[in-house]
Amino acid sequence: MSTTFWIILAGGVLTYLTRIGGHLVISRFERLHPRVEAGLNAVPVAVLTTLFAPAVVEGGPAEWIALAAAAVIAFTGGSFLLMFLVGAGLLVILRQFFG
Amino acid sequence: MSAQQATPRDQFLEGIALSLPVLVGVAPFGALFGMLAVEHNFSVGEAMFMSAFIYAGASQLVGIELFGSHVAPWLIVLSIFAVNFRLVLYSAAVGRYLARWPIGKQIIGYFFLVDQLFAESERRTSSGVPLHFAWYMGMALTVYVTWLISTYLGAVFGQFIPDPHVFGIDFLLTIYFFCIVLTLRTRHNWFPIAASSALGAILGYKTIGSPWHVTVGAFVGVFVGAFLPPVAAKDEAAEHDHTGERNP
Repeated sequence: MSTTFWIILAGGVLTYLTRIGGHLVISRFERLHPRVEAGLNAVPVAVLTTLFAPAVVEGGPAEWIALAAAAVIAFTGGSFLLMFLVGAGLLVILRQFFG
Repeated sequence: MSAQQATPRDQFLEGIALSLPVLVGVAPFGALFGMLAVEHNFSVGEAMFMSAFIYAGASQLVGIELFGSHVAPWLIVLSIFAVNFRLVLYSAAVGRYLARWPIGKQIIGYFFLVDQLFAESERRTSSGVPLHFAWYMGMALTVYVTWLISTYLGAVFGQFIPDPHVFGIDFLLTIYFFCIVLTLRTRHNWFPIAASSALGAILGYKTIGSPWHVTVGAFVGVFVGAFLPPVAAKDEAAEHDHTGERNP
């Protein structure tokens, strides 16, 4: 087998370990310290924010207007799907103007 | 919750439906990976194997980038692991809900734990709906199969892919995760966590570069969340109770 094969295999095994690892560590504790609990509750917002923040800074008017529209819909009680569709639709239209 | 008597089949179909907005972002990313993998002298089979077995887009891109630069194999494996370290946090957070499943279902479920699955799972549990295996797998399998098909199409037909910028495809995942974080805004200390994590990610992006900014921003945000004073401890216990059963 080639080196590429073994690298992918090892990478896959380690990646699976990351996917079960957090749970395996946490589940060893009968009760979690409140700080750990608070940290875990922060994970979704903390990590998912990093997946879009740099792209927002790197963006231009088209991107910012699209995101602002999605935010307005969110704060006026619109559904998740409506936010996403308006944001995406607006972006495609605005990109025709701002490039 | 108690009013909801959805069969596993309904749950599965609901999972598939929820994954549809995600696919618009996932498919071009998979195609991009397939195209770049072939450009970096991967065979179509190797690209498919990587997508099927590692199944974590950002780390796969880092991996093929390093293959091209002839660095030591162990360093490539280590880099893949480092980029995927955020999955440890996902696993720890969402594991509190998946722990109710039988062990076999957990072993399968964790394999499919990608950003989008984690995001939708948190959105679901945040609104008080329990996580069912059928729902989870409906979304998981749809995203996984799309990832494999798009990798294949990118690897084989990569040179025909139109300019993703014109259709806004390069920015769809950004909008998606932006919307997810906005829908989570009722969570405790949402603003300080999101703001500090964004700041950490942007600084990390400007200094050490992608994809390491994810790790930097994640740790800043989790740290802030852990050390801010907890708000209304009794709501917290009700909302995020992980010891009690919450079956329908």
